[in-house]
Formats: sequence, C-alpha cells, structure tokens
Amino acid sequence: MGKAASGVGRQATSFLNWVDQRLPVTDFWNAHLAKYYAPKNFNFWYYMGGLALLVLVMQILTGIFLTMHYKPSAAEAFASVEYIMRDVDWGWLVRYMHSTGASFFFIIVYLHMFRSLLYGSHRKPRELIWVFGMLIYLLLMAEAFFGYVLPWGQMSYWGAQVIINLFGAIPAIGEPLTEWIRGDYFISDATINRFFALHVIALPLALAGLVAMHLTALHEVGSNNPDGIDIKKNKDEDGVPVDGIPFHPYYTVKDIFGASMFLMIFAFVIFFWPEAGGLFLEHDNFAPANPLVTPEHIKPVWYFTPYYAILKAVPDKLMGVVLMGVSVGVLFLLPWLDRSPVRSIRYKGNWYKILVFTFAIAFVRLGMLGMAEGTPAQTWEMRFWTFIYFAFFILLFFLSKGGAVKPEPERVTH
Amino acid sequence: MKNYKNLLALAVLLLTLPVSGAFAAGGGGDLKPSGANINDLGSLQRGAQLFMNYCMGCHSAEYMRYNRLAEDLELGEDMVMRNLIFTDQKIGDPMTIAMSEENAEQWFGKAPPDLSLIGRSRGADWVYNYMLGFYRDANGGWNNTVLENASMPHVFWQLQGIQEPVYKTVNENGIERQVVDHLELVEPGSLSPEAYDDSMRDLAAFIDYLGEPAQLKRKKIGVWVMLYLALFAFLAYLLKLEYWRDVH
Repeated sequence: MGKAASGVGRQATSFLNWVDQRLPVTDFWNAHLAKYYAPKNFNFWYYMGGLALLVLVMQILTGIFLTMHYKPSAAEAFASVEYIMRDVDWGWLVRYMHSTGASFFFIIVYLHMFRSLLYGSHRKPRELIWVFGMLIYLLLMAEAFFGYVLPWGQMSYWGAQVIINLFGAIPAIGEPLTEWIRGDYFISDATINRFFALHVIALPLALAGLVAMHLTALHEVGSNNPDGIDIKKNKDEDGVPVDGIPFHPYYTVKDIFGASMFLMIFAFVIFFWPEAGGLFLEHDNFAPANPLVTPEHIKPVWYFTPYYAILKAVPDKLMGVVLMGVSVGVLFLLPWLDRSPVRSIRYKGNWYKILVFTFAIAFVRLGMLGMAEGTPAQTWEMRFWTFIYFAFFILLFFLSKGGAVKPEPERVTH
Repeated sequence: MKNYKNLLALAVLLLTLPVSGAFAAGGGGDLKPSGANINDLGSLQRGAQLFMNYCMGCHSAEYMRYNRLAEDLELGEDMVMRNLIFTDQKIGDPMTIAMSEENAEQWFGKAPPDLSLIGRSRGADWVYNYMLGFYRDANGGWNNTVLENASMPHVFWQLQGIQEPVYKTVNENGIERQVVDHLELVEPGSLSPEAYDDSMRDLAAFIDYLGEPAQLKRKKIGVWVMLYLALFAFLAYLLKLEYWRDVH
C-alpha cells in the first residue's frame, strides 16, 4: 500500500518537475501561498479581501449561467429575467446569487476599504495597492450600474436616466456625450445592448486585470497588519519574518472558516430575504420599464446613495456633479493625506479615532439620506454630512502630521 | 475607553434615526396588513379560483404557466384544465388573455396591467387593501381609497356589496379639504364582510405566490442549506484551530 502510494507520489513529483521546467508553477505557488509570509495577527477585517475574491468568482460564474438565458433587448429583457426566475431549472437561485452577490460585493469592499483607514494599509509603501483598489472600486460601480439596467424594470430604466443625465451637466459636450453613451436620443434597445456588452465582457476583463495588479502589488511589499508595523524588520536566520506565517496553510484554512461564516449570511439572504426589504431588489423594478410613466421616487441602489446624497445636497446641478466626482476622487489621495508617523489607529491619538468614526457615520448617514424622498429638512441634513465628509480629508491632512501618537511595539500583538 | 462608548452611542443614535421614504414600498400610504399566508395551500387554492374567475377576464399573468400552478398548488392538471381554464389554452401555456392591448385601451382608457408581478411591485398588502377599498362615489361610478380614480370597476361587488364613503374635513396648511374617513356598506353582497375579507386575503396570498412561484421551494431548501453551512462552518473552525495550534 505504502509502496504503491510512494510510486504514485514519485510519478507526481516527476510530472511536476517536467512542468516546472516549462512553467514556473511551483515558484508561483511558493511566492504567493506556501512561502508568502503574512503577519500572524490578522483579525476580522482581514477576511474581507479573500471574501471579495470569492464574490468576484461567484459573480462571474453565476453571470455566465445568466447570460445563457437572458436576452439583451428592450423588448425581451424583462420577460427573459422572469423566464429565468420561473422556467429555468434553479434559475431563481442563480439570479438571486447574482443580485445578492452584487450588494454583498459592495458591503465587503466598503469594509475592506474601511480596514485600510483603521490600520493605515494604504500608507507607504502600499500606495499603489490602494490606487489599484480604488480603480477596482470605480469599475465595480460601473459594473453594478450596467448590471442594474439589464433587468429592464422601472428602476433600471429611470435610474439609468438619472445617472446618464448627470453627464449632461458637463458644459458644451454634455448633451452629445449622453447621446454617445446611450447610442440613441433616449434610453433604448441600443443602450441595453451596449450595457450588456460592457457588463459581461469589457468590465469583467478589466476587473480581473486590476485584481491581478492589486494582488501583485500587495505580494511585492507584503501585507500590513492591525499594528501597522513592518514585520520584515524582524527576520530569523532564514530570512523569514518572525511574526510572519505562511499564507498556506494558515490563512487558507482560516479563510475557509471565514468564507463559511460569510456564506451563512449570504445564503440566509438568498433563501429567506432576497429583496432585502427593497434594498437589494427594489419593488419598482418588478414593473417593466415604461418611458411614459415616471416612478414616484427614483433612487439609485443603496451602494450609490452616499454619493447621490452629496449630489443632491448641492442646489446647482453642475456643481453637484463636480462635488460628487470629487467625493470619490479624493479617496485616491488618502495615502498622501495621512501624514502621521504611525499607520495603525491603535497607535494614533484620539484625534484619529474621532475623525474616522465621524467619517464612517457621515458616509452611512449620507447613504440613508440618499434613499430618502428629499424633504427640505433632509436636504439640510445632507449638506451637514457632506460638509463632515469633506472635513475629514482636510482635517486628516492637517492633524495627522503633528497629531499625538503612542509608541509602536517591536513585535505584533497576538 | 469612555469616549469610545460615547461615540458608539452617538453612532447608534444617528443611524437609527428614521429617514422618511427611505424604505417606502410601492406607495399607497398606510396599508392594513393582509395576513396573507403563502404557506396555506387551501388559501392559495381558493385565491387561484378567485383569480381565474374574476381577474383573468381582463388581466393576464403572462409569466406564469398553468401546469406550474397545477403542480405547486397540488391541484392536478386535469382539475386545472376542467375547472380553471376557460379558453382553449393548453396546460403548458402561459396565463394570457384573449383581449388585445389595443382593444383594452379603447374600452377601459388604460389596458389592465399584467398581474404576474403585482405581488412584488405593489405587495400582497396593497392588493388586499385595494380590493377592500372600492366604493361608489357621488357620480355613481366606482372609486377606490387605495388608488384614487382607478379605471378598474369593482369586479367583486356582487360578493362584497356596495360601499359608500363617509367624508371628514381635514385642514392641510390652512386649506380645508374633504377626505374619505371610512367606508360604509350600504348594500350587502352575497358574502358577509368577514367572508369577503377572508376571500381577499386568499386572493392576496395567491397574488404573492404568483409574483414569485419559487418562494415555496426556496424557503424549504434554505433551511437545509443553512444547516449544511452551519455544520461546514463548525468543521472549518475545528480545522483552523488544529492548524493554528503551533502559532504563538
């Protein structure tokens, strides 16, 4: 028995050698998993990156199955989605996985980004990881927007109308630009067809490429950790960081556990609460798109609403669009806005805790207000939180350099 | 530590402040809960009967197929063919109607909408309240408290009887206006008010089912998926503990 097994083992090894001489699989495996040393003190927040990858793969796989039955045309799209929901075997499950996956993608990405704010993961030398991450986030927003138009419900149609018209605010080129985006004078068959193309091939390809860049840049400099200290400063005689552990098997098994906890929440929503009370699948989107009937209350899906609130807070349309653009764009600058000598919130003073938590509250509250009807009182509240949102970046820049810090430890806290 | 707690309290306070309109469903203001239960097979069957007899004269449910109905509601295809399909349609056909949209528009002013998804866009409670909200207005025509000036007549008037409104005066920003306070049954129908209420609850349950036929199956499978994942998570946790034993 043992002899036979070792015979198979020897053959496997020689096959691997044969491949390795032609394609560096073992090197790749070691560089990114078996000999990639990650700090041993990762906490809850460090599940998010792996989970984002899991959801990306899930979106691609479920998306492939949806494209087998979906019809990207104004006349047939709505009916084909209902066909998937009713007549295709397990179609409802695949569709709910995809629609719920979209919202969870954003939940995970927001937590993943917030982790950076907490532990300074975007700070030197990880600025490029952050920039690639921000590009992924931007493309993800475009991907989600195009995907939301495809079911061709009332909210698909009118939401697209509102968002495309934002480009119309740009002076001189605005109007022709919206026509170019739509491929028509109004949102039509041409629009849904091109959005389908962008949603299923162009953006997923670009996303996959950016994810590869994001991970390559990460593995070049190594992962940050909740203490924000550099584990590579402290290496043993083999050149292995003493506070590092191989990603595989330690973090692969840990992430399997994290993924299973995530899947429990995910499955709960899919099987028992797929509309999430109108947050993930909006009620109005179960009525087919009708250019002649405007819904009572047009609002984007929840993950866009913080920015939508900033747009609505400004009385002037062009200025609103500019401010909304700035509110996303300024995030790119975060690695350079934080000038504190330490990375992690653990060793920054209370000033940083107050800043970050106020910012988080402002973001969530703007998101809630962005879904609201827009009463005058709500508009004033949106203005208040918009001010707080931007104040964060300005205060961060000025307070971080001289702000109080505590001494960082030599070794990670574990 | 203390300012952490204060911050957290502030955050919770702010984020629980209601935002009016944020989660509004299909509109319609305050709706009475219907109590419709899609797990009650009898109720679904009665609702299906009402739907086929009364609604499908004018409304289609084009995304639903008769044989799906027969299967999910345990009616049997024969029974559906004999008692619920009034046209020459086949059992595998979608639930369409003979009236064309052009004709419907001419006759009613607005084509009666397809009802496949009305349970999802408006909700079962809305349908229930709508069906209870018909009244005869001062012009002698039908009106509705849930959807003002709806072009739909009261198809169930023989069952419910005829309601008339009792008005009250409200003051809105200094302008006095007459609004419907409640409805009064002025001519009883063939059903008692309680029986009519129950029938409309059945109809609402059916409309809910019609919006998403997969939901019956979905929740049943969901329980097993959750149990499987719980077991998997537990084993994954043990595996993690085992591997991490040597990390100090």
